[in-house]
This record gives sequence, structure tokens and C-alpha cells, in this order.
Amino acid sequence: MTTINKPMSKEPTIVVLQLSGGNDYLNTVIPYTRSEYRDYRPIVNVGEDEVVPISKDIGLHPAMAPLADIYKDGKMAIIHGVGYENSVRSHFRSMDIWHTCEPDKLGTEGWLGRAIKNIDPNKENVVTGVSIGPSLYRALVAPGVPVATVENLDSYGMLTDISPENKRNRVLDRYKKMYSTSIGSGPVMDFLSQTGLDALKGADILNVAPEKYSSSVEYADNSISKKLKSIAKVHLADLGSRVFYCDHGSFDTHANQLASHKYLWNSASIAIKDFFDDLKEHDAADNVIMFIFSEFGRRVRDNGAGTDHGSGGVCMVIGDSVIGGEYGQYPSMKESDLDQGDLVPDMDFRSVYTTLIEDWLKLDPIPIVGGHFEKPKFIAS
Amino acid sequence: MVSVTQKLKSETSLLSHLMRRAGFGSSRSELETLLPLGYEKNVELLLHPETNEPVDKFKFLRYYPMWWKPGTMGGAGQASWVWTMVTTPNPLQEKLCLFYHNIFATGVAKVDHYDEIEDMIQMFREKGLGHYKDILMSVAKSPAMIYWLDQNENRSTAVNENWGRELLELFTMGVGNYTETDVREASRAFTGWTLEHKLPRFHMGRWDWEFKFIPEDHDYSEKEFLGHKGNFDGEEIIDIILSKRSTAEFIARHLYSFFIADEPQVPAWSVIPPKSPEAIQFLTDSLLESNYHIETVLRKLFNSDFFKSQLFEKVKNPTEVVVGTLRIVGNVAIPSPEIMEHSSQITYMGQDLLNPPSVEGWHNGIEWINSGTLMKRTNFVSELISDTSRPGVIDILNRLKKVDENPVSLVDECLDLLGPLEASEVTRNELIDHIENLGPFSWSNDSGTERTLELLQLIVATKEYQFC
Repeated sequence: MTTINKPMSKEPTIVVLQLSGGNDYLNTVIPYTRSEYRDYRPIVNVGEDEVVPISKDIGLHPAMAPLADIYKDGKMAIIHGVGYENSVRSHFRSMDIWHTCEPDKLGTEGWLGRAIKNIDPNKENVVTGVSIGPSLYRALVAPGVPVATVENLDSYGMLTDISPENKRNRVLDRYKKMYSTSIGSGPVMDFLSQTGLDALKGADILNVAPEKYSSSVEYADNSISKKLKSIAKVHLADLGSRVFYCDHGSFDTHANQLASHKYLWNSASIAIKDFFDDLKEHDAADNVIMFIFSEFGRRVRDNGAGTDHGSGGVCMVIGDSVIGGEYGQYPSMKESDLDQGDLVPDMDFRSVYTTLIEDWLKLDPIPIVGGHFEKPKFIAS
Repeated sequence: MVSVTQKLKSETSLLSHLMRRAGFGSSRSELETLLPLGYEKNVELLLHPETNEPVDKFKFLRYYPMWWKPGTMGGAGQASWVWTMVTTPNPLQEKLCLFYHNIFATGVAKVDHYDEIEDMIQMFREKGLGHYKDILMSVAKSPAMIYWLDQNENRSTAVNENWGRELLELFTMGVGNYTETDVREASRAFTGWTLEHKLPRFHMGRWDWEFKFIPEDHDYSEKEFLGHKGNFDGEEIIDIILSKRSTAEFIARHLYSFFIADEPQVPAWSVIPPKSPEAIQFLTDSLLESNYHIETVLRKLFNSDFFKSQLFEKVKNPTEVVVGTLRIVGNVAIPSPEIMEHSSQITYMGQDLLNPPSVEGWHNGIEWINSGTLMKRTNFVSELISDTSRPGVIDILNRLKKVDENPVSLVDECLDLLGPLEASEVTRNELIDHIENLGPFSWSNDSGTERTLELLQLIVATKEYQFC
């Protein structure tokens, strides 16, 4: 007769991990047997004996060994050559395109913002979408959609600089009183009142998460591990959050790539493994998938120390419901097939989104991605 | 006696209103320096930045040499502008940069070149008080704008209408005052206005751009535009546009919504009438009479009754929140590293300077507020207003120590020093109740300062504080 052990809700949940700065596809999912790879990458390459092979001609970066294990378990999809036509080499613009699904004009609404609006049209839960980071990612922006933007879960809230706790509580009580009094002073003031109370409510809900959390998994002490741990805490608190977002980087490796790319993937891979281990320990992994993308890949030819902005990248999707394996074709690296020295993507990113939205979140993808796109079937039905 | 105090209060109120709208707000000691000059003289000072030394850009660059031509460095371009806004003796000059930046919204998302957008801001700084035509012509020739709106693709053989359309829709006339044919014809007149790269200064990084006219790409044949016929070029198109009353009305509305009171967003202007038709008519007439001389129009605007009556009718934009707070709390003699964090805060609150979300600029007014941004705004101001290492905070505390040691006087004086702020009766009573509940108030022990800081934090968290 107790509700303490009520089973966790099992609504499909997505965690987006954005690799900011342009992740080098060629050194992530490595076509290590191709001679062109060695020709184009005389310096910024991964040795044949170092890669972790996942098929006869593809290997993962050695720093991704934990992910290779997940792949071998059949729980990870690798989607090749993802991008869009007339690829843009500007970080900001390309990221905007991925965020808004608008390659030809400036869009202001994000694809996940629209998804959240569909999941929770009446705004019943102010933490349906949770963004980890100081800024709200444009992917999550849509008019009237509240998204909790959490920089640090342990100190998330209104007036967090006030201490000690009893002092802060009395200030927040007063805040609530000042925002609760509706004296009919017009729609602007009413909206402000509602928003102030929503903000307090969101913080109250999320503050439960760290208190409820306990785990045997020990995350590393770096930024990506902290972010994924925060997401695990909120997910495990079962607050009804369905869309999580965080980023990792910077993958803008124009120089010193060998060392920095290795560090970035090493920290990310361990963090991802810990994250899923944590969820499994609490029987809360089966309704979660993680989607990993970057705004573009990098130039095929290295520049001697790093690589410059390119086009065509790789996406990865991880989770129990994922049908593991490779999707799409690794783009050709033949000189004549390159576009201005870059790979030519042949999988539109909106195809990948379509699978995520339709097959995973069970929403109508067409109004969200802005059209009909053929979908790779990487989600088990 | 009472009436003299009342009068002084209202003069302070009005001057602080002027400084919030024409600038980013003033500390009480700054207001006290300005007050004896009178309101109108202060308007004149704001309209004459040439009488003050400009902010020494190189002082900032000595600390942050990388900010000289930041190129594509992510998120970094704004810092030197934010520092200028915080330290300038000419706040209207910077406020106008923000005004024009919101109209001619050009973003690094596409331009991918901070230097060029910064050059555009510098142009606003130099020409902002001049004739609107000069600004339009400079914008038309700004490489950042040319690239942003694909003017570099606009050739007689393949007309690109992006710039031509936005010129009419967002920069001058507004929807409903021109036809699709006019868009086409205007675009033809600007064919061949493009940009080219200057010789590179650096081995790596972005090259500077400059305006270039390519005669071979220009369409010299006849155009028919807004009822006029001729072999118009871009400048003549701009002259025709400015001759129309609807243009002056549209710019009047921009001025009204930025300086006087929040209006609906720009796309709604063709269907929702202005809040104050009389003010729009007055500003429209001023624009036409002065040949769109912004200094002349702003002089009339700031001295008008409709301006003076609209206290706290605008939701502060994030730049106003951050810069305004920094100007009050002080401690900005040298560009310390915190300026980077403070610039980022503006972005976190939803206004990524030099990177507006679209050519339409930011949506202003209540759209600045959502649960995330409200929390950021409140926490940012709360932290600084309670930082007793800041000279501005020390000054506020010292002033408060001179008033009667009772909750009502304390609350009223705090509201006064943070504005003067107009709090609703409900808010004011809550604040008084809050202090009363803490027991007898006295400066003779530490609790006086502590409680006062708590009160200041509560005040900056009020709904009323979100307005300027």
C-alpha cells in the first residue's frame, strides 16, 4: 500500500549529445583500410594497429573502446555520411540548420522545441525538456515551450546566491507571495507572475533529483561526465522529463588534433558508458536512447596539425531499443567524388530526426522536421 | 517642505527615466551630478557625444589583444562592445548602436566574421545621430549586410531579392506599403553592389571585406518603383523610399517601441495600430520635417510629454539588465576578466549580441521573459547588488544609513535608490512586512547591513524591477 516503490514510468526519452565545433568523422569512425585515408591524412591519422575494428574496413578511434563494446553488444547505430545539400562550413550557421531544420532560411524554432510542444501541449510539466548548459540551445526553443535550463543541478534555482538555507527559504517564500498576488494589472504582469511561479516550480521539482539519487557508478570529474550525471539524476527521479540536451567540445580541431580529439572522445566514451551503466543499475535504461551529432565533419585532407571545417558527418544512436549496426554508406574519398575537398553527405540529417521522432517519440515527424524524409530503421519496433 | 521634496523626487524620477531609456541607467551619485543642469540640458548632453572623450578602445585591447579583430572566435565578439557600453560617458551613442543593431539585425551565425559586424556597429556609433539616409546607404554598402542578405549574389542576370525585400519590409516601409513588383525593381537597382576581400593581414584567419560595385553586374535599364520611372540605382531607390510618409511612420514606430513603450513585434505592425497614434504622428512629422535627422527627432522625443509619461512601460532587454546593473554597482575602472562572463550573461538571458536570431532582430518586450531567463536575470542582479566589494553597493548602503531606522523608511529609500522604482502597493507591503518580520531594525550591529542586502535582493527580484 505504499507508493514509494511505484515502478518508474517508461515513456520514451531522448538524450541529445551535441559535439560542438565539428567532430572529425574520419578519425572517429575510421575507414582504416582505405589507402585514400593514409594519403589524405599523412599526419592527423590513427594507426591501423590502434583502431578498434568493428567491421572489416571500419574501426573506431581507440579512445572510443567503451563505445565499441556497446556496438558489439548490438546497442549502437552508426549512421554514415549525414548532412545536408550545399553544406555550410560556418559553425554557427550549420548548427542553426541542425537545430531548426531550415537549411535555406533562418529559422527560429527548434525541432525539439516543437517535439516538446507535441509531447506536452498543455504545459503540464515545466521540466518535460531539460537543457544542461548556461544557454538554451536553439534546438529546444519554441514559442510558449518552457524548458528548464540547468547549469548545475545541485545549485539550480532562483536566488541561489543567498545563504544560509533558512534565509534563502524566507526570501523565496516572500518571492512566491509577491508573484502570487494577481491584482488584474494586465496581461504583461499576469504573464510575469505565472513565469516567476513556473520558475520556482521547475526548480522545486528538479531539486528533488539530487536528493533522491544514489548510485554505485563513479563518474569522472570532468565536464561531460558531470553533465550526463546530472541527466541521470533527473531521469532517475522520474519527473516526467522526456527530452534532455547537453553538449561536449570543442571539437574545432584546427591544430593539435591528435591529442585533443583523443581526450574529447576518451572523456565522452567513459561518460556515456557510465551513464548507461548508472541507468541499468536502476532498471531505467530501456526507455532511453542517446543521439550524438556534430554540426559538420572536417576536411578530408589534414593541414599538418589538425583539420579544417568540412562537410558530411557521422551520427550515433545508443540504447537498448536501438538496432545496432551501420546505416548508410561511408562516403567515397576518391578525389573526383569530393566537393571542395570534403566528403559529400548522402543521408539528410532530417531523415535521422524522422526516425527519432516517429519511431521513438511516437510523434508526427512531418511538421517537426518540415517535410517527408525516408528514415533509416535503427529503432526496434 | 513636503512639496519641495516631492518636486525633487519627481525631477529625479524623470531624469532617471531619461537615463534608462537614452542610456543604460545611472547610479544615484551620477544622477545627483546631472540633476542641477536640468532635464533639457541633459538631453542636449546626450545628443552631443562629441563633447566627451570617447571610450579608449585601446585600453580594452591592451588587456585583451585577441579582441582586436576576433574574426570567428565563438562567443567572443561582444565583450569589447559591452565594456564600451558599461564605461561610456556617451550612453545614448551606445544605446543607438543597439537600436540600429536590432533593426539592421546582422548575425555572425551566417556572416561568420565578427570584425565586419563590429565595423557596422562602429558605423552606427559614428553616424547614429545623423540622417537616416546616411545610415541606410552605409548599411547598403556594409559587407556584413551584403553577405547576410545575399547581395553578393544579386546580379542583373540573376536577381536576388533578399536585400531588396528586407530593405522595404524591415528597414524602411513595412508590409503593406509596396508590391512584389516594387521588391523586384528595388532589387534590380542594387545589382552589382557586392563585396570583395582586401589583402590578408594575417597568415590565418578572416580577411577584411570591403564594398565593391561591379558595373558589369548592374542592371542599367529602366525600373518602375513605387510609381516612379527611371534608370534608378540603389541610392535613388532609397531617396524614393524616404520620400514616402509610410516610411517615416514605420521608423517612428521603431523609435517609439525602442525608446518609449513596448509595442507588438514588427511583423504585427501592418495589422495592429500603434499604442499612441498621436505620438507616431508627431514623430513622423518630425522625421519628414528634419529630413530624417535623428538627433533632431530624438530631441523632440525626449522632451515630449508622451515620452515623459511612459515610465516603466518597457521590459528591460538583457543588455539593459546587465549593463545597467554594472553601471550601478561600479568597479569597472579596468577591463577585468569578469567582463567576459558578464557579456556571456547577456547571451544566456537570450540576447546574443552580434548574433540576432534572424534579420527580424530580437523580439522585445515580454518575449524576453521565460522561466529560464527570468531566473538568470534575477540571479545575476541579485548577486551583484549584494556584493559589498562594489563601490556602487557601498554607496547605496552609506546613503541608507542616513534614513530613519524603521522598515517603512528603509523600504522606501531602497526603492528610491534603485530607480526611483515604482512598486505596487502589494509589493511594497510585502517588502515592509518582510523586514518587519525580522525584528527591530538597527544599523548598530551587523544585522542592519545583512537585512538591507536581503531587501535589495528581494527588490531586484520583483516584477517591477524587470521594467525600465
